[in-house]
Order: sequence, then structure tokens, then C-alpha cells
Amino acid sequence: MALPPSTPSAIPSDSRLNRRTLLKGIGGVTTALAAAPLLAACSGGSPQAAKSANATSLGSGLSDPVPRSAIQAMVDAYKSKSGATVKMNVMPRAQLVDNISSYLQSNPEDVITWFAGYKMRYYAAKGLLAPVDDVWEKIGGNFSEGLTTASQGDDGKKYFVPNYNYPWGFFYRKSLWAERGYKVPGTFDAFLALCAQMKKDGLIPIAFADKDGWPAMGTFDYLNMRTNGYQFHVDLCAHKESWDQQKVKDVFDNWKALLPYQDKAALGATWQEGARTMTGKKSGMYLIGAFIAQDVSDKAILADLDFFPFPAIAVEGTDAIEAPIDGFVLSKRGGSNKTAKDMLAFFGSGAGQDAYAAKDASNLQTAKDANTSSFSELNRKGAAAISGAKHISQFFDRDALPAMANNVMIPALQGFLKDGTIDTRNLEAQAKSLYAAE
Amino acid sequence: MSVMPQTTLPSAAAAPADVSVPPARSGRVRRLSGRDRLVLGLMVGLPTLIQVVLVWIPTLLSVGLSFTKWNGLNLADIRPAGLSNYTYAAQEYPPFWPAVAHNIIWLAFLALVATPIGLLLAVLLDQKIRGTRLYQSIFFTPVMLSMVMVGIIWQLVYARNEGLLNNLLGTAGTPGAVDWFGDSDVNLWAALVATTWRHAGYIMVLYLAGLKGIDPSLREAAALDGANAWQMFFRVVFPVMRPINIVIVVITIIEALRAFDIVYLINKGTNGLELLSVLVIQNLVGVGQVIGVGSALAVILLVISLGPIVYYLVRTFRRAD
Repeated sequence: MALPPSTPSAIPSDSRLNRRTLLKGIGGVTTALAAAPLLAACSGGSPQAAKSANATSLGSGLSDPVPRSAIQAMVDAYKSKSGATVKMNVMPRAQLVDNISSYLQSNPEDVITWFAGYKMRYYAAKGLLAPVDDVWEKIGGNFSEGLTTASQGDDGKKYFVPNYNYPWGFFYRKSLWAERGYKVPGTFDAFLALCAQMKKDGLIPIAFADKDGWPAMGTFDYLNMRTNGYQFHVDLCAHKESWDQQKVKDVFDNWKALLPYQDKAALGATWQEGARTMTGKKSGMYLIGAFIAQDVSDKAILADLDFFPFPAIAVEGTDAIEAPIDGFVLSKRGGSNKTAKDMLAFFGSGAGQDAYAAKDASNLQTAKDANTSSFSELNRKGAAAISGAKHISQFFDRDALPAMANNVMIPALQGFLKDGTIDTRNLEAQAKSLYAAE
Repeated sequence: MSVMPQTTLPSAAAAPADVSVPPARSGRVRRLSGRDRLVLGLMVGLPTLIQVVLVWIPTLLSVGLSFTKWNGLNLADIRPAGLSNYTYAAQEYPPFWPAVAHNIIWLAFLALVATPIGLLLAVLLDQKIRGTRLYQSIFFTPVMLSMVMVGIIWQLVYARNEGLLNNLLGTAGTPGAVDWFGDSDVNLWAALVATTWRHAGYIMVLYLAGLKGIDPSLREAAALDGANAWQMFFRVVFPVMRPINIVIVVITIIEALRAFDIVYLINKGTNGLELLSVLVIQNLVGVGQVIGVGSALAVILLVISLGPIVYYLVRTFRRAD
């Protein structure tokens, strides 16, 4: 609490108090202190208790320096706005993600940093999260339709408050494309023609990296959404659709058309190494998330980056976008804490998200009333693509059962990249076993 | 257990007292005062308790869970699943059989290449060559590094474009550059070479210790009988080192079964580097947790590991008798 500037004048008047009044004052305070427990005992709530009720806690898995300071800024902004106390527990991201079920069941903080998608809906359905519909009554107008649906649980209640997201798309260098006269392709055929042209020009058409297993899921997600539509993709991820059907085979058939144009060295490369072939103009474009900007330290190259959405294939044009949303959930225990909900409402406002974005500029605020004046051109384009999207997918490992993504899809996709074959019957058999265990 | 007080306890102070006590049953009773019994009880009981709590109970729980399906959330959600986790692993889980094959290759490579290299190093360094201490230290250094460090060091060697190996071969940066860790045809062998680098040093130290312990008169006698170096080693030294050889066989098998760190570091044990231990971790810990399947895989690995362990224990105890 900063003292108002007028306090200096108050001091002389205080010093004029004689010793007797001072002692009286102390005595009064002592009596009040002694009486406090008694009062608390009979009234059931003393002012002291009311003050401590204006407190909440935040469990954060954002432990890297930049996001960590950004979350801290967000919390500080809330504290100074509301006067509440917020206890922070910052843990390594892997610790939160890997142990989320035991964490939620033990003694979690009220508000927790988390992700939209199956990863959120699953724990909501298990009753480990508290619904935040009353928070959404305040912040609902702040979010697009895609963000709103992404915050819902299976029961139609809201369980999630978005903070920021980042789009996936094809990133490329404007200067290279201008030099060679490449045009952004709108359809899959135009896209394949462009790839063939790039190959002829001695480029690797599509930079690609899948050593860690997850980046290839981005290609799968987009191919599936463009081939079969957003709803089918989400249902397939949640195993409401079978993997062993023609629609899934079609996805991989389309991928087979892409395979000759994706970097052959993908299985030994990390996403950063993939990014470097694109920024170094050895490859033409790169399907990756906007976090690629974090890996580009050269300002000139960063300014030269642009991106376009995955071209349309069969259905829904380019209505769906892959843009994983990071945000907050409320633990079951936090559900009864008014301050926690108040803080969530603040996090869902432009003011709260701007406090975050001021420290971490690589992500896009999700609230409509957020200040976007500091956006780079690339950010602005990404934000426009997201707000124009009818559907937002969350990336396979957030949309599907984590074990399905980690234990089944990684080896299956890596095998597909190697020899272009995929056993959809086996994928279905594995999915059946894994989803049955949940 | 009953012979212990007589064989291991006597100390300089206790010995004279023993003489005066008749060596009958009553003597033993009197010698173990209440305090002795308490101490002995604690010494036996505490390790047993720790063993039971930290090893046996989890093992039995794992075995139990391997016959269930459970999402890890609520104890009430545990459902019996019969053998379905095992059939899943064996029939539906594609990485399972490659992992078994890779573990066998790993064992064969350690046994046929890495361990003999360690043996060879030990024999060579046991000769009175100049600077043998220095060489010993050099070959032993990798053993002191954790497997994670070993992985990082070899990453520098194997990296596709920046790596030492491809630069020496002159292929770095060209399309012909071998992707040592990314190409599933070669990455297992690349990982095995890195493992050998460490394993050979370990075996070397064990053998050197054994070689130093051999009675020199044996060698002298063999030399007098006209044995050449070859015969000396295979007919005299090697058979005498039998206890060490058994330890080394067991160590090699155990190292092959618990191989984990280096492949996990390279690419989390996917794409040609599947090993049983990695599959256990993948299915049991973290995002990919499927408790039933993970437990089933752990039980399979346990059963396989029991073979060499039982063999080793049986041998050790038979000799003790």
C-alpha cells in the first residue's frame, strides 16, 4: 500500500498527540486484539477472516523465464486492481503436465494454468475441475465463437478461460518467394504444383522435422480437418469415430502426395533444425506453430517471415485453424472461492491479457478488447486468421487422449514417414484398448 | 543365520570370553543379551522393512495392476481386465516386438563386442607398458560420466550437419550425409557404439582388478612349462578368473536389460530405438500413462530379468554353502 503524498502533513499532527493518548490507543488496540478471538467465536466471521477470504492461489506450469515473468505480471496486475492476495506456485511444465491427475486430486491451487481440448474436457468430466459459467457471464463477450466452444466441457458448461493462443500454418520467407515468383496456393492442387516447382528449383519444398515425434501431428491434424472436416477430426481424436475407415485412409492418401516434398531428414531433426532450413532458404516453407518466432533471433529474417493457412482440400475450405489455446482452469476446491473466480474474470479481460503480453510477445491475446497495437505484422496476420476461423483445433496431443498421442501416434506417424504405410486397423485396435481404460 | 554369531562376531575383545563359555546351546542364549537382540533385530528388521515397502509391495502391486484397467484417478475405477494388457502388448502394440528384438541385439552386442573390448583393454594394460596408469584413467573416464552425459557427447559426434563424424567423412551438409540418430537403420548401432565406449571401460576396470589378484606363481609355473602368451591366457588366467567372469556375465546381461538413458536422450526411444525399459516408462509415467499396459510391460521385463538374477544368486549361495 503506497502512502498517499499527503501523509507528511499528517505526521506533525500525530506527533502532537501526547503520551497519554498514545498509551490509551495502544491499550485500545490490545483490548481489541484480545477480544478478536471472542468476536470471531460468536459472530462466525471477523473482519480478519473476511480479509483472508480475499485471497486465492495460482498453480503455474509456465516455468521458463519469459512466460514466468509474464504470468507474474498478470497476477501483479490483478493484485493491484483488487487488493487480493495471490499465492503462486510455479512448477516445471513437465511436472504439472505429467502429474496433473494426482495434482488435481491432492491439494491443488485454486486457479491452474492449463490447455483447452480433450486434455481439459477429460478432467472436467471426471469432476476434478469446477465450472466457470458465472465467470463467462462477465467475459463471454470477449471471445470469438471458436474460443467459446473450445472452453466448453462435454456437459456444455464452461471450464476454461483462454489466455493466449498461437496459430499453426505454413511459414515462409517473403523475399525468397518474391525472388522466385511463388504465389500463396489456395487449393491442395495448387499447393502440390507449387511444391513440384520448388523441387525443380532445387529447394526442399516443405521443411519438416519429427525427431521428437509431435511435430508430424500438425500435418495430420490439418490434413484430417481439410479432408474430413473439423467435427470428424475432433470426434476421431476423442475416439467417437473409428480409425479403421476409409475417411482416415483418405487422409493418409493425401499425405502420401505430400511425402515426396517433405524433408527426408525429418526423423533426425528437431523443430528448430527444421526451422533453420526454412530461414536459411534451403526449404520453401514450413508447417509449424507461430512459436517459430522464438527461434529466429535475426530481426531482419523475422521481419521477412510470413504465413498462409493450410490450403483447402475437400470440405469446409480453410474454416478450421489449428491454434492451441493456453489458459486457466479452476480446481474443484477453487470453485467455492469467489476471489479465484474474480481473478479468472480478470485473466479473461483485455487488461489482464495485456499484462501478460507485455512480457511475452510471441503469443496472441485471445480477448477481443486486448490491446493489439504492439503486434508485429506477423502477429496481426495470425490474430486475423484465428478470429476469422469458425473452428479452432488444439493440436493432436491436446485434442486426443494423451496416451493415444504419445504411445500410438508418434510411432505410427514416424513409421508412415519412413515407408508411407499405415495400419489403420491396428490404430483402431490400440485406440480401443487405450480409451477403454479411461 | 544361526552360525553368524560364531563366525563373524568374534573380535579381539570377545575371543577370550568365548573360551571360558561352554560351547553349548545355553552359551548362545547367554551371549545374546536383550540389547544384542534388539540391535540384531533392528539390523535385520530395518533393511527387511525397507525392502518390503520399497521393493516387494510395489512389485506385487505392479503385478496386480497388470491384470486391470485403470485411469489412475480413483481406486473405484479399477476394473479387472484379465490378460488383455498382455495380449495388447504382444499383439496390438507395434513397438513391442521391435523392442524385444532390440534388447536381444543390445545384449548380443555387449556380450560379443563391448565386453571383449573391455577384456582386451584390461589384458593389454595389465602388461608392464609405459603410461599404463594414464591409459587406464583415460579408458575409465567414460564410466564416471552419467549415461546422459555420454549421450550428449555422442550427439556432438553424430549430428547430421555439425557432427564430427560426418565432417570427417566429408559428407556433412550434403544430401548423402548419414543421419546417424535419425535413420532407423543405423541409429541402434550408433547408440550401441556410444554404449560400448562406456561399457568397455567398466569391464576393463573389473578385469584389471581380477588380473591383479592372480597369484604370480601361477604364471611363472605356466611359463616354466613353456606356455605361450595365448595358452597362458586361455588355459591359466581366464579359468582362474571364473568368479570375475560370472560377475561380468551378469553385469552385461543386466546392462542390456536396463539400457535406457541413451536411447531416451536421443529420441525418447522411438523410430528404431525402442527398448523394453523405454516402453515401460512411456506407458507408466507422464503423459502416455496407461497403468495396466505399463504394468504388464514392467512384469514382462521383470520376468526376463529374473532369469540372470536367479542364476547369479543360485551360484553365489551354492558356493557360500
